Amino acid sequence: MSLIVADGVSKQYMTGEMTLQALTDVGFVVEPGTFSAFIGPSGSGKSTLLNLVGCLDKPTSGRLAVAGTDVSQLRGPAAAAFRGRHLGFVFQDFNLIPALTAGENVEYPLLLVQHVPEHERKRRVAALLEAVGVADQRDKFPDQLSGGQKQRVAVARALVTSPKLVLADEPTANLDHASAFAVIETMRRMKDEFGTSFVFSTHDTKVVDQVEVLYTLEDGRLISVEDRRAGAAS
Amino acid sequence: MKQLLIIALRNLSRYRRRTLLTGSLVAIGVLFVLVFEAAAGSFKAMMIGQITDSMLGHLQIHRKGYVASIETLPLAMNLKPQAIQKIEAELGKSDAVEAFSPRIKFGGVFSTFTESTSVRVNGVDPDREFATAPMLKGRVVQGKPEIRPGIMLVPELLARGMQVKPGDTVVLLATNAEGSVNGKQVQVGGILASVSGPGGRDAYVHQSDAAEILRLDQPEVSEIAVRLKDFGSLKATYAALSTSLGGMRNKQGKPSFEVHTWESLAPFSNVANMIDILTIFIRLILVSIVLVSVMNVMIMAVYERVREIGTMAAIGTLPATIRSMFLLEGLILGALGTLLGTVVGLGLIGALRIAKLTFDFGQQRGLVLAPSVGIGQVLALAVIVVAISAIASLQPAIKASRLEPIEALRHN
Ligand SMILES: Nc1ncnc2c1ncn2[C@@H]1O[C@H](COP(=O)(O)OP(=O)(O)O)[C@@H](O)[C@H]1O
Ligand SMILES: [Mg+2]
Repeated sequence: MSLIVADGVSKQYMTGEMTLQALTDVGFVVEPGTFSAFIGPSGSGKSTLLNLVGCLDKPTSGRLAVAGTDVSQLRGPAAAAFRGRHLGFVFQDFNLIPALTAGENVEYPLLLVQHVPEHERKRRVAALLEAVGVADQRDKFPDQLSGGQKQRVAVARALVTSPKLVLADEPTANLDHASAFAVIETMRRMKDEFGTSFVFSTHDTKVVDQVEVLYTLEDGRLISVEDRRAGAAS
Repeated sequence: MKQLLIIALRNLSRYRRRTLLTGSLVAIGVLFVLVFEAAAGSFKAMMIGQITDSMLGHLQIHRKGYVASIETLPLAMNLKPQAIQKIEAELGKSDAVEAFSPRIKFGGVFSTFTESTSVRVNGVDPDREFATAPMLKGRVVQGKPEIRPGIMLVPELLARGMQVKPGDTVVLLATNAEGSVNGKQVQVGGILASVSGPGGRDAYVHQSDAAEILRLDQPEVSEIAVRLKDFGSLKATYAALSTSLGGMRNKQGKPSFEVHTWESLAPFSNVANMIDILTIFIRLILVSIVLVSVMNVMIMAVYERVREIGTMAAIGTLPATIRSMFLLEGLILGALGTLLGTVVGLGLIGALRIAKLTFDFGQQRGLVLAPSVGIGQVLALAVIVVAISAIASLQPAIKASRLEPIEALRHN
């Protein structure tokens, strides 16, 4: 079963009198366990699309299914519950909770979203921090971490609930090159290790070498799909 | 829950200055209310105790209409033996009554052979009077605290003005109900300190002397003062006596008796009511301070953390959880302020008790202020303040829980 199925998805923003066409008739499929990216210039609709897939917003028209669920009408607490159960998020600005340490940030979704028992929580947090390479930063608060470290903690937080899909909107935009590569590399490793699908967006063409399937957006339209996996026809 | 608590506490300490400021504001309010209630409450209780225990009694029973003309102490309105019997029988039945004292009150002339002045006199049965007004003995500042035939307790102001001292012989004159004037030589037995309130400057003689001066051929009584075992049962006992005694009719079918509590006899009850109103008012001010300051801080907290809220919502935190998070934060802020204010307030009340501050009230000098609060009062105040803190956080917390994650995430 495909992880994401988008069929004729359009999104219009109404701002006062104006109607802005952010996405037009976008259709694609993402298979489980893939490392995919949407690229395109600023304003091409990458964030809009990721928000739709992430159940943070609803398409104006079209069909969108994530993990077998039609998410095009999901709202409020139902959407929140769906996100908490099936999705992980990595943000451009890291968005760690400032009052919590790195370890507690990773623990947060297990505790306040999924209510996992303590013993299991501790085990998973330790494993994830270890996997993304920031185990030694566990007790530091976000403002004591570098950008690259914060984003790895964020990746650990996104993965700790073992979601089917992690969405990352421009996860490297606020990082220097070395950190950006390291974070993409970490996500890629996590995908190999846990089999989680990653879909991220970027307009930085230098970080796309790791990507297995590359979707290119332009003016809200999907203009090309490049599948680089072995055996796939492009 | 534990994690929510940790987040709330961490956020409070993250904005330390703001938390301290609001917390202190709540603390100062709680402290002020506690100290005020302790001081005002003990002042009130002390004054009421003085008034009831040194002269008035808790309740009084008169012939219907007596209190309306109490200024002139009308002998014609006295209770006759049959009436007295009925009242005493009724009082004897009540479990709430500790003691009662029949008094015959009259206006007379106090003469030292060189000077004379008017005086208000109570003729009493000493044992029953001292049982009903246990602080009366304590008011005797010179001479002996006893009332027996031929002996008079003279109020301080009168003694000073007329320059009499214990052991002096004086003459007490009065006009009786038939209009004849009679006198009797008595000895000044003791000098009574004045107290605020009605009867606070009355003289006392033995009931037999009063009967002699007024030439009574049968016992008469102007009022019966009643002391209760428990001051707290005042309302209930008053209600019971009002129905039983107040319901008795004379031959004309009119009510025979009237029952009054100390409150309707002593002007101080107005002061006491004022204190109660003031207390309510001060509590209301405290409530508004807590409401406004906690709400202000929580609105700011939500506004500053919009992106954080958006993040939590995006990764699947349910609106109810977000709401609890902010509710808890405001509640803890209020609770910390309350704790601080209560600790400091109780300390201050203790210090005031040790300092033994004195004050004057009317003719009375050097009354000692001994403020005290009950544990129930402290807890009630704490519950009010913490509840108001929660209410003040409710609107901001609901607002936080209703933020659209996508818009909240865009906020900066
Ligand atoms: N909330 C919004 N309201 C109105 N217009 C929006 C909103 N979000 C995005 N847009 C517009 O939609 C288009 C696509 O934006 P976006 O998806 O953010 O592109 P990208 O992420 O590729 O830069 C842009 O023209 C942008 O101005
Ligand atoms: Mg974008």
